[in-house]
Amino acid sequence: MNNKIIKYVISDLLRNRTILFYTLVLLTLSLSIFLMEDNTDKGIASMLNLVLFVVPLVCIVFSSIYLYNSAEFIALLVSQPLKRQSIWLSIFIGLATAMTLAFFIGVGIPTFIFAYSLSGITLVIGGLLLSLIFVSIATWTAVRIRDKSKGIGLAIILWLYFALIFDAMLLFLLFQFADYPIEKIMIAVSMLNPIDISRILILLEIDLSAMMGYTGAIFRDFFGTHMGMLITGLVMLLWTALPLWFATRYFKKKDL
Amino acid sequence: MVVGTTGAATIHVGKQHTISSITQAITRAKNGDTILVHGGLYQEGNILITKSLTLIGKNNPIIDAQKNHEPLSIEANHVTISGFTIKNSAHSSIKDIAAIKVYNGRHITITNNILDNNFFGIYLQNAKNCRIENNRLQTYGETERLVGNGIHAWKSDSITILNNEIAGHRDGIYLEFVTHTQVDRNRAQNNLRYGLHFMFSHDNQYHYNTFKANGAGVAVMYTHRMRMEHNIFEENWGDATYGLLLKDITDSYIQNNTFVKNTTGIFMEGSNRIQIQQNRFENNGWAIKIFTSCMHNTLSRNTFIQNTFDVATNGGKMTNTFKGNYWDQYEGYDLNKDGIGDVPHHPVSLFSMLVERYPAAMLLFRSFMVTLFDRSEKMIPSLTPENLKDENPLMKPDKRTVNR
Repeated sequence: MNNKIIKYVISDLLRNRTILFYTLVLLTLSLSIFLMEDNTDKGIASMLNLVLFVVPLVCIVFSSIYLYNSAEFIALLVSQPLKRQSIWLSIFIGLATAMTLAFFIGVGIPTFIFAYSLSGITLVIGGLLLSLIFVSIATWTAVRIRDKSKGIGLAIILWLYFALIFDAMLLFLLFQFADYPIEKIMIAVSMLNPIDISRILILLEIDLSAMMGYTGAIFRDFFGTHMGMLITGLVMLLWTALPLWFATRYFKKKDL
Repeated sequence: MVVGTTGAATIHVGKQHTISSITQAITRAKNGDTILVHGGLYQEGNILITKSLTLIGKNNPIIDAQKNHEPLSIEANHVTISGFTIKNSAHSSIKDIAAIKVYNGRHITITNNILDNNFFGIYLQNAKNCRIENNRLQTYGETERLVGNGIHAWKSDSITILNNEIAGHRDGIYLEFVTHTQVDRNRAQNNLRYGLHFMFSHDNQYHYNTFKANGAGVAVMYTHRMRMEHNIFEENWGDATYGLLLKDITDSYIQNNTFVKNTTGIFMEGSNRIQIQQNRFENNGWAIKIFTSCMHNTLSRNTFIQNTFDVATNGGKMTNTFKGNYWDQYEGYDLNKDGIGDVPHHPVSLFSMLVERYPAAMLLFRSFMVTLFDRSEKMIPSLTPENLKDENPLMKPDKRTVNR
């Protein structure tokens, strides 16, 4: 990793209009939600949609576009006596810092001011992790696909998959195997989608009363225990690390 | 020595007095006498009261049955027990042993006692016109079978149960075949089964009670003409756990109650002609589960805020009326500004029907997919009961919902 590259990427991104706009939109939306709702849990429920859909979409699409636009800059860096691995990781760290910072200012600070509770903290942590994960996924798609429009298309399809299609498949699975005890399998399958993991964690806070019911209790027995939280945290970290690792490995051998 | 026939005497019991045992005092006493028991520990096995006496504890006398006896048995009318601490009754699953057991008594008053670590607390058997007030009952049962009810009445009439605190028992208060009874301002907390339990008990009422974190708040079964008003049901959590469970209830009133943080606020089965009005439902998993076996119930001027599901049901037909409630999930408008929404509200969502059938679907709640489903169902209702709707939903909560 190279500090100069990280600094350059961050300062470049902080001057970027899209990032500024993204931060402002998040800030406006969260402020208006929290000022309109007097019940904080209801506010968190409204924020949930913002965090689960807007944040991954912006993170993955913006990061892809940024990486494609920096193709010449990256080629220039590669010609310098620098390790390829450190170039790629530095760019990721720069991007990730900028996106999480934007999220923290846009959503984190208003949430801590208006809804400083366990559900609020879970929401912010979930959002931060989702930002990291979707930047990481973007680095992988951007390095694998040379063509810009195809790459951005893939990014959008991936977002659609995680945000919508995966849940539809899960629901289909549920209907097909409703007669079997599938609750534990459902938990395992939901680990395959970082958006679902974040959603369930927040659900366990804001819909606690309903989650104390029969099946809810099963989810709570898993996510509510230290072991469950440890596994969940580990899975979320894997979701960040794996795409980045694949991307770096590919970038090292890539013919630019 | 031919005295004592005219006025009631007072007999002192205690270490400093000539009589040092309660049993001895009872043997000496006549109907209408007062026995004043001074502070100290009294281990006398079973104390049987067969005369109309007033027993008053001074400076907190402790009656300890050492886990071998029934501490206090009353087989007389006009008895008052006040100011005692009674603890460590025997446990038995054959005979219902209680700290204070009343057999066929009339006009019994039990006030200001502390009952600690007993099997049953206060047990009324075939009693009438009794008063149970300001007692504190606590026991430490681990399973339902190993512990009795706090206040238990069987085949009794006109009982007043006021201002008691009950914790750790099987049912906080259990009434079976009990009529014309009033249960007010009690607090039942952390009981293993129900906070308050009615079986085949008609014409009763309970007001201003608090039921917190019991197996279930209140269960009312096979009962007619009940009044349930101004109570608080909170944090009754778990599977098959309800704030208020209604089974085969008719012609009753549920008004001005508050249901907060229960897995299910009200669960109704086979219950008819109940007026559910001006209640507040907040932060419950399911505010009301109303089965299709319930008919001609009216829900009006209730307030629903931040429940995961407001109403759930198990089928399409519905003969219950929902009118003029406040639903925070209502998305309609009020053009003429009369405080009543212009389009009807359908409180049952498609997803709540889905969860009823496939409980594991709860995992997908609040996902984009489910939101999409619910939206499309609201546009074109197909699976949710068509006629379960509030024709004139309120835009703001009814002020009369305010509890207490």
